[in-house]
Amino acid sequence: MSTLTLRAGPVLVEVERRTAVVSSGLVAVAAALALLGLCHGQDWATPAEVVTALFSGGESAFVIREWRLPRVAAALVFGASLGLAGAVFQNLTRNALGSPDVIGLDAGAYTGALVAITLLNGTAGQLAAGSVAGGLLAAAVIYLLSLDSGLSGLRLVVVGIAVNAMLTAFNSWVVLRAEIDVALAATGWNAGSLNGVDWAEVRLPFAVIGLFALLLVVVSHAMHQAALGDEVARTTGVRLGRLRLLMVLAGVGCTATVTAVAGPVVFIALAAPQIGRRLARAVGVPLVPAALTGAVLLLAADLVAQLLLAPVALPVGVVTTAIGGCYLIWLLGMEVKRR
Amino acid sequence: MKSRLTAEDVTLGYGERVVSTRVSLAVPDGAFTAIVGPNACGKSTLLKAFVRLLTPSSGTVRLDGRDVAAHRPKPFARQVGFLPQGLVAPENIVVRRLVARGRYPHQSLLGTGSAADEEAVRSAMAVAGVADLAERPVEELSGGQRQRVWIAMVLAQETPYLLLDEPTTFLDITHQYELLALFARLRDEGRTIVAVLHDINQACRFADHVVAMKDGRVVAQGPPADVVDADLMREVFGLPSMVMPNPATGTPMVVPTV
Repeated sequence: MSTLTLRAGPVLVEVERRTAVVSSGLVAVAAALALLGLCHGQDWATPAEVVTALFSGGESAFVIREWRLPRVAAALVFGASLGLAGAVFQNLTRNALGSPDVIGLDAGAYTGALVAITLLNGTAGQLAAGSVAGGLLAAAVIYLLSLDSGLSGLRLVVVGIAVNAMLTAFNSWVVLRAEIDVALAATGWNAGSLNGVDWAEVRLPFAVIGLFALLLVVVSHAMHQAALGDEVARTTGVRLGRLRLLMVLAGVGCTATVTAVAGPVVFIALAAPQIGRRLARAVGVPLVPAALTGAVLLLAADLVAQLLLAPVALPVGVVTTAIGGCYLIWLLGMEVKRR
Repeated sequence: MKSRLTAEDVTLGYGERVVSTRVSLAVPDGAFTAIVGPNACGKSTLLKAFVRLLTPSSGTVRLDGRDVAAHRPKPFARQVGFLPQGLVAPENIVVRRLVARGRYPHQSLLGTGSAADEEAVRSAMAVAGVADLAERPVEELSGGQRQRVWIAMVLAQETPYLLLDEPTTFLDITHQYELLALFARLRDEGRTIVAVLHDINQACRFADHVVAMKDGRVVAQGPPADVVDADLMREVFGLPSMVMPNPATGTPMVVPTV
């Protein structure tokens, strides 16, 4: 497999050529989908109009910049964030099923958000904090229940699936007990949707996701070293305990921040890292292809959600759930066959 | 006999199960030490304590007089390299990239390397005899080749100490002898080698220092000619045998009489 070596003075970084090519391709697809997303609306705009609106203004500038652009940007950033979260947990559990939506972290984040809505006022800040706290709490519970095998292996995944089921039931109970208007808001949001997203809503989440992504840049080298197994990782100088803590924090942060704004959007975190890995034929579960694939998948799913029953816009979560269900069945089948 | 790496009165185990009680061992610098003994005698456990994979419940393992637990992970990993048993390479990885993982303790947090890394990887692959496999995916290789790739990875770590847990297991006899000769060569170049070995004759043939263990204790240690005799074989392995000089090398040779 050929590699590209980038040099800056005495420092050198090696990148797989195929990963670089695949990543560039994914960026191009994301850009094309973004343009389509910006064109789409009650009245279709031409690509030329979109470009004019973005860079110099014009009559449709307001609609495109303030209404359509935040939605497209949210799909890209949230998709990338979910892809990253999935890659982190799949690396951590060394299992393709070890994704935050499967092992109950999304459900935990939703529980946290429900608490923020029903017991507190449900401001954006409370929602974000509640989601992250709920996700971390779910992660802690799963960790304690599967302590025998540490944070790796199928055991953690199975425990996570059970925790997911219990949390989902608990979430339904909370919604049933809530005031009718709160319950309606919570249920609509539970489907996972980007409908009506505006800049004010996404500014804080974008910044938070940026910070967690930065943390992942810092830990990614150690994360890939840890793929060699605990013993080699530790005897080559990886601080495994600290690394795992940071990975869980960043992974939960990435998935819970998205949940706080859009509700639980399943499937992206599960599928994007695996699709990215296979496209790049990479070693382990690399972060960059996972993030780019996640961005492409969520944006594409959101476009399908808007176009499928137009003029009714479906929640994007409905589309990802439908596709994700099929993928999950296939993946479970493969997992059973492997054993 | 000088020794930078020592275990003093260490008690080792996993959870409730105690494997070794109050074991002491000073690893002779610049020598090839072979640890031998029956299965489950605590050989691998002792090795794990030396590389900080296992914390003794009492006693201390020291490098340069300081508790190994007090060393920072990367500087320690530049001093002591370890090859565990039963390693599985990640999917899709090619030989050169796996060997380069041995450079981890020499690299920055973000994994940026230097020309020294390239040179170390190239030289480690040459020494381990896998240079011509550099661009081959590891999963396509034979068991013997794969083991040599892992050896190359730990060689690329460029540590004065090299600890290996049963490195010859699952290799055919030719590869076993090639590997042991390689360790002897590395010893001649000034490295300190500690290997858990199953074959007592190979240990006598290649090691300078033999450590015989049974039930978590060190029963005897010293140069093979001083230590390995029929009494030791009976005591440690429960095996009646004759011990005579190896006609090729003069080192002790064990011939079981069962």
